[in-house]
Amino acid sequence: MSELSRADVERVAALARLGLNPDEVGTLQGDLNLILEQWAHLASVDTSSVSPSAQAIVQPMPLRDDTPEASLPVEAALGNAPARVGDFVKVQAILTEEADG
Amino acid sequence: MSLDPRRATAVQLAAAYRSGEVTALATTTALLDAIEHEEAHLSAWLHLRRDAALGEASAADARFTAARGNTAALAALPPLLGVPIALKDLVNLEGTPTTSGSKILEGYISPYDATIAARLRAAGAVILGKTNMDEFAMGSSTEFSAYKRTTNPWDLDRIPGGSSGGSAAAVAAFQAPLSIGTDTGGSIRQPASLTGIVGMKPTYGRVSRYGIVAFASSLDQVGPFARTAQDAALLLHAIGGRDTHDATSSAEPLPAELLALPSGDAAATALKGRRFALPKEYFVAGMEPGVERAVRAAVASLEAAGATIEEVSLPTTEHALATYYIVAPAEASANLARYDGIRYGASKHGGGDLLQGYLETRGRGFGPEVRRRIMLGTYALSAGYYDAYYVKAQQVRTLIARDFDRVWAAGFDAIVAPTSPQVAWRFGAKMSDPVSMYLADACTIPANMAGLPGVSIPCGLSEGLPVGAQLIGRPWSESQLLGIASGFEAITATAEWRSVEPTALARAANGGAA
Repeated sequence: MSELSRADVERVAALARLGLNPDEVGTLQGDLNLILEQWAHLASVDTSSVSPSAQAIVQPMPLRDDTPEASLPVEAALGNAPARVGDFVKVQAILTEEADG
Repeated sequence: MSLDPRRATAVQLAAAYRSGEVTALATTTALLDAIEHEEAHLSAWLHLRRDAALGEASAADARFTAARGNTAALAALPPLLGVPIALKDLVNLEGTPTTSGSKILEGYISPYDATIAARLRAAGAVILGKTNMDEFAMGSSTEFSAYKRTTNPWDLDRIPGGSSGGSAAAVAAFQAPLSIGTDTGGSIRQPASLTGIVGMKPTYGRVSRYGIVAFASSLDQVGPFARTAQDAALLLHAIGGRDTHDATSSAEPLPAELLALPSGDAAATALKGRRFALPKEYFVAGMEPGVERAVRAAVASLEAAGATIEEVSLPTTEHALATYYIVAPAEASANLARYDGIRYGASKHGGGDLLQGYLETRGRGFGPEVRRRIMLGTYALSAGYYDAYYVKAQQVRTLIARDFDRVWAAGFDAIVAPTSPQVAWRFGAKMSDPVSMYLADACTIPANMAGLPGVSIPCGLSEGLPVGAQLIGRPWSESQLLGIASGFEAITATAEWRSVEPTALARAANGGAA
């Protein structure tokens, strides 16, 4: 596996929505390359006839009866919201005026 | 001689409450006073519920008083009624802060109870407060907490292990008989080992995760810390079992034996004829000689008690760490996507640019280890690398599980191994090299990857610091594992190391005079 470049680290940080300063990008580049180098031996394990396990203990997936029950009251649900308007969480507009309509 | 409220086990408290020898209020008061007196030196707590806990203790005492003299009414009271307990600060408890050790959740107040919190309330336990932890449970020393640095009560210059370091330190320091931790790669067993107490990771699916801050959902399990196997069993019974709010919680019945775990001679006798597997790959290079000595001595005492020990091989063990550090960060990168500063938690939105708000909220809100894992996981899941890393790791995980299956097919009752290759290390020793910190989990990670239950039990001292032995069992065998742990307690009850208690904390809190 090839080494991660600085641009690779910036691309992954953008995917993860992590705002990093230039020093942090450099530190993470070093850390990630060190870690992935240590894990390179995984590639040598013969898994050609092995199916992947998403989890080890597979349980039947139960469904509960589809009956209505009380959920969190609005005030409780909004209690931690950084900004609210009435009974809603206030968020930034995601459409610009030009893209609108 | 009256019961010392600090040293009393949950089992002893339950008996003393019923006889009227001590009250839950007096016990809770003594523990809260001790916590407040010692916190400057231990730093195990993020939030104390003094008034609420005292209220819960008084309510418990009222129920004991009402039932006194009526044997049937006393017997019907729940076993944890009035017993103080600590929660790791990733368990939602309505009306209290839940930070998960992170600045990104600073100021967050839980609007609801996690299922295990609701079960503990229903059982009448006294919830003392919330304990310190590595941020989002990522770490093996609790040094990655965004809030404080928890010390090890055996040596205040050393880490308590992690990520459930606060919960482990509080029980080891006699500030609570019980606490709750979570274990994704060893975060209950490793701090239990490093602080000299009992800590169990139950079978995947045994305990509900509803209301627990998620780290890696195919691995996370909730479990008990205690100072005895019997106490751990009582707590597991109180929190375990099917929960309709968590589809991954199992319908597997919770064994009633957990409520009446044998102790003393009965537990020791039950060791006779047990077959234990000793995996050679767990005695890894870099293991401290004192740790290996203590674990091998534990194995010898099991043998002397009539158990048989055979060496086995778990050949995929060498790849478990790499597998874990791909699977867990990948799942974490998805789980932690929810911390976006929109609905709750720290927020840097408001500047007009939505994307910039996300980048700043998350870039500033998460600490260095969490950022590292999110990056690692996002990379392992990204286009072009998914098969090479994530799918490969999921395949190796299958091989890890098969290694264990072979041991169970050969008829072994449990695996005996070290919990940690080393005793508690000094602060800072592993902070500059992430891989050295990851290696601390080498012996605990395989059980998580295979979903198996594991318990760490104190088995001796090395250079004056606790060493833990780990028992790993087949799925749903928690009561057998804790029964074996109880047997081990019985056969080592008079061992010299058992008489040694941590004194560093008491010395420091009393101004240096022992």
